[in-house]
Amino acid sequence: MKQILIILAHPKFEHSVVNRALIDAVKNLEGVRIQDLYELYPDFNIDVQREQELLFGSEVLVWHHPLYWYSAPPLLKQWIDLVLEFGWAYGPRGIYLSNKLVLSAVTSGGPQESYSAHGKHGHTFGDFLLPFAQTAKLCRMQYLPFFHVGGTHKINAKELDEAASQYRNLLIALRDSTSVATHPTPSSNSQP
Amino acid sequence: MENSFLFQAIIYLGAAVICVPIAKKLGLGSVLGYLIAGIVIGPYLMGFIGEEGEDIMHFAEFGVVMMLFLIGLELEPAHLWKMKTMILKVGLSQVLITALVFFGIALALGLPWHMALAIGMALSLSSTAIVLQSLKEKNLMDTLAGKHSFAVLLMQDIAVIPILALMPLLALTDLGTVSEHGSLFDGLAPWIQTLSVVAAVGVVILLGKFAVEPLLRMVSRTRLRELFSASALLIVIGIAFLMEAVGLSPALGTFLAGVILANSAFKHELEADLEPFKGLLLGLFFIAVGASINFELIFGNAAMVIGLTFGIMLLKGLVLFGIGKNAKLSLDQNLLFSIGLAQIGEFAFVVFSFTLQLGILDRGTTDLMMATTALSMTLTPIFNLMNEQLLLPRVGVKESTALPDDEIDEKNQVILVGFSHYGSTVGRFLRASGVSATILDHDADRVDLLRKMGFRVFYGDATRLDLLESAGAAEARLLISAIDSPETNLALVETLQKHFPNLELMIRSRNRADAYELMEMGVENIYREHLDTSIRMGKDALIKLGKRAHTVQRLAQNFQKYDEASLRELVKVKDDQQQYISMVRRQIEMQEQLLTGEMKRRFSVNDHAWDSEAIKKEIG
Repeated sequence: MKQILIILAHPKFEHSVVNRALIDAVKNLEGVRIQDLYELYPDFNIDVQREQELLFGSEVLVWHHPLYWYSAPPLLKQWIDLVLEFGWAYGPRGIYLSNKLVLSAVTSGGPQESYSAHGKHGHTFGDFLLPFAQTAKLCRMQYLPFFHVGGTHKINAKELDEAASQYRNLLIALRDSTSVATHPTPSSNSQP
Repeated sequence: MENSFLFQAIIYLGAAVICVPIAKKLGLGSVLGYLIAGIVIGPYLMGFIGEEGEDIMHFAEFGVVMMLFLIGLELEPAHLWKMKTMILKVGLSQVLITALVFFGIALALGLPWHMALAIGMALSLSSTAIVLQSLKEKNLMDTLAGKHSFAVLLMQDIAVIPILALMPLLALTDLGTVSEHGSLFDGLAPWIQTLSVVAAVGVVILLGKFAVEPLLRMVSRTRLRELFSASALLIVIGIAFLMEAVGLSPALGTFLAGVILANSAFKHELEADLEPFKGLLLGLFFIAVGASINFELIFGNAAMVIGLTFGIMLLKGLVLFGIGKNAKLSLDQNLLFSIGLAQIGEFAFVVFSFTLQLGILDRGTTDLMMATTALSMTLTPIFNLMNEQLLLPRVGVKESTALPDDEIDEKNQVILVGFSHYGSTVGRFLRASGVSATILDHDADRVDLLRKMGFRVFYGDATRLDLLESAGAAEARLLISAIDSPETNLALVETLQKHFPNLELMIRSRNRADAYELMEMGVENIYREHLDTSIRMGKDALIKLGKRAHTVQRLAQNFQKYDEASLRELVKVKDDQQQYISMVRRQIEMQEQLLTGEMKRRFSVNDHAWDSEAIKKEIG
């Protein structure tokens, strides 16, 4: 059984409907730990060492956040900036995240269809997650296909239930999958 | 040997050092401690000091003079001007009514009118030293009771001038014999005396405005600390001397000088330098009062002296209570006011010895009145204590249960103890965020105001179990103590931990030492009152020196985290050291440990966030 670490970044989680439902669906799963960044670090002063320890102790990392202006809320970016240190997460000696799995679990107000070359936003949803995919890659992690819940302003109860159980099933599947993460030897040059 | 100065000093200091901490520990206050010390070393118990006690009292009265100078320093002229109606209305009516009442009684007892008038005037005065010292010690100066008491005392100090001026007129003997005790100008015509008084006050004002500040500036440039202390003493003693020379009350003169210097840049240095002198002299004064109590006389005429003392204090208290009522003081404030001022003051010693010299009163009456005065001063702290322990709690309970609504409405989740500057900021923030707290406070007037503003407020001493219960401590989730006094906080925590173990406590602490004590009691949430502000100040200083604001912000956050963590570390090793290192040394050692820790940590060097140096080095 793998350990799953959800890095949750939502600046107003108490007002969130969709993210609340998603988190409620997975929070009691065995092997899942949720780091609620805006609750833990309201002053943006992230405890880097603690976060690195948690990260090191888990096999699956989930970046869970709403999409704001085509990116993550700022505290998740702060987390990435501070926790994924040179010489630890990346760089010649940065091997501690090798082969871990990374999943972006993202909600958006715009519906799925608006994210396409001809849609309102002009690009696919995956295009906007490119920085996250590349961040994972640079840290020698495996970036999984993203989990997206769109149209959150208009979602009905049935659709939300469905999304929540999909999310739950996805995490259970990841947790119980048998692929073994091995530590490779540090490879040469890679830089941001 | 016994009469050597050093031996005397050892007796006085030793008695004070032993008695005062015990009295404070017992909750009696320092004044009573000093008085007891005086009684113990006085002629009737251990006999270490005898007749010289009275001389020492005259010398030590200078503590009162210094106290008034220091109080003047705290009062700006504009502020004093605002108090003028209170001083006139409350103060003047107290002096006049009390003097008249005792004048009438003395007449009724068959004393001749001039004796009756002298006694009436002497009895109208209260003890500035005892009352102000107690008020300051209990932090009551800013309450209505404190302000009214101060107004009365100030008026009494002013009244001393006409009282002393009247005394010779009451004398039936030849005036010539008293000149040695009077002022320089006694032999002169009355208009010259008046003129000299006006001139002296003018000199004080002019000196205060134009001479003192340049003098202090010059002295402070020498950077000799002791020279500054010397100048501070010189100013006070000089003014006192000038006032005595023209026959004014030195206390009043120095008070005036203090007020004039209240806006001076050197205000705080003056305060810091004179404070210890004042404290010592006042202590000495109280010891001398204790030592001067004539127990032989008291035991010889026990019924007479005790009856007189209680009767006078009761009458004075009643007059004061009426005045307080008229000034619309609430019951608890009025009790503090009227019981606090009910004694006969130290100035009565002066007046009585003066009347003896003038032949207004005979030796027997004077001794009797002096014993009564000393006894009433000794009883004051005891009465205050009884008032606080027995009377006020009842008054408080009445006030908090007087509003039946309090009991019915829903209990709040948060109890906030203390609504002074600190507590009110916490409370306002909570309320602005939609959380209303139940407030406990011991200032009845503040309680009234808060109730009018819709807060749920309980009045009284928060360490009392019944009050905590009625405030809902059993149902609340959080109790926030914004109390300033460490002793009260510790007592509160003890009560709460014993009776409401599930209530989460958040306690304000003054400094590290207080925080240690709270930690040892198992309090988790401790808030050192200066911590955030001082770090914020340091942060702003670094920014002003050109550091980038965000970097400094992160440094400050880390520093605060480190500081809190080190506190928890240091508390563990603390008990390995000797138990009784003096507090000062303990603080210094703490600072040392902290500073060396900081040197090792070098926060700024360890901060690699957004830093490309390491990357450049490794890849370069």
